Amino acid sequence: MPVLDFLKQEAICLQVDLGSSEEIIRLLGGKLHALGYVKDGFIEATLKREASMPTGLPLGGEYNAALPHVDIEFVNKSALALATLTHPVVFKNMVDDSEEVPVRMVIMLALDKPKSQIEMLKEISQILKRPETVRALVAAQTAQEVVTILADMAAPPVNSS
Amino acid sequence: MAKTVIVSCGTAIATSTVVASAIEEAAKKAGIQVIVKQCKAAEIPAILADGADLIVTTSQLRFDPGIPVIKGLAFLTGIGTELVMAQIMEVLKK
Repeated sequence: MPVLDFLKQEAICLQVDLGSSEEIIRLLGGKLHALGYVKDGFIEATLKREASMPTGLPLGGEYNAALPHVDIEFVNKSALALATLTHPVVFKNMVDDSEEVPVRMVIMLALDKPKSQIEMLKEISQILKRPETVRALVAAQTAQEVVTILADMAAPPVNSS
Repeated sequence: MAKTVIVSCGTAIATSTVVASAIEEAAKKAGIQVIVKQCKAAEIPAILADGADLIVTTSQLRFDPGIPVIKGLAFLTGIGTELVMAQIMEVLKK
């Protein structure tokens, strides 16, 4: 599971209660910065990008997600950070910034090369395509549970459309 | 002649990578030759200058490019993937 190679246990923040997308981006960006994966300026650049090109993603199931990220120049080494929220926080829809998407799961992507980590990105979309996996992640209480859920994701979904 | 598809998102590193790979695979399966150009939304006008047949985007497009535009969120969320892929193939088969 390539996602697990990039998702840092120290950057998994479960059941957090925050009020805004900015607070979540600061939390996750701060973790990745403290771990050395991203450069100074990553958080501000990610916030700026989120404001002009949002990353909220309406999913088919009960919960929606957001994938904040920014240009490779702010990244030292690829990594992922994950937050799940006890209350939905509003992100704007990726393809329509007039639409608000209440989000319970945030996966922050720090990518160091264009077109790299394709397998990892595909896996993230596989996670998003499975409402049951998203639900399990949102319910998870420990980082170990998250790792187990992701490790247990077997074959791609048959057809979820 | 191969069709050119511009696949765009905000940064050209994350969501468009997933979409580009899905389109390449589907076109190959359908026996359609495509050139996929991945870029940031802001770079679309420059790439359009070289000619393109279709834009598939996961970010908001704030101008009319004069060629078909299809939203590619389905490749990330799985919602309506078949329909979106059918729309893409319809443009590419023309």
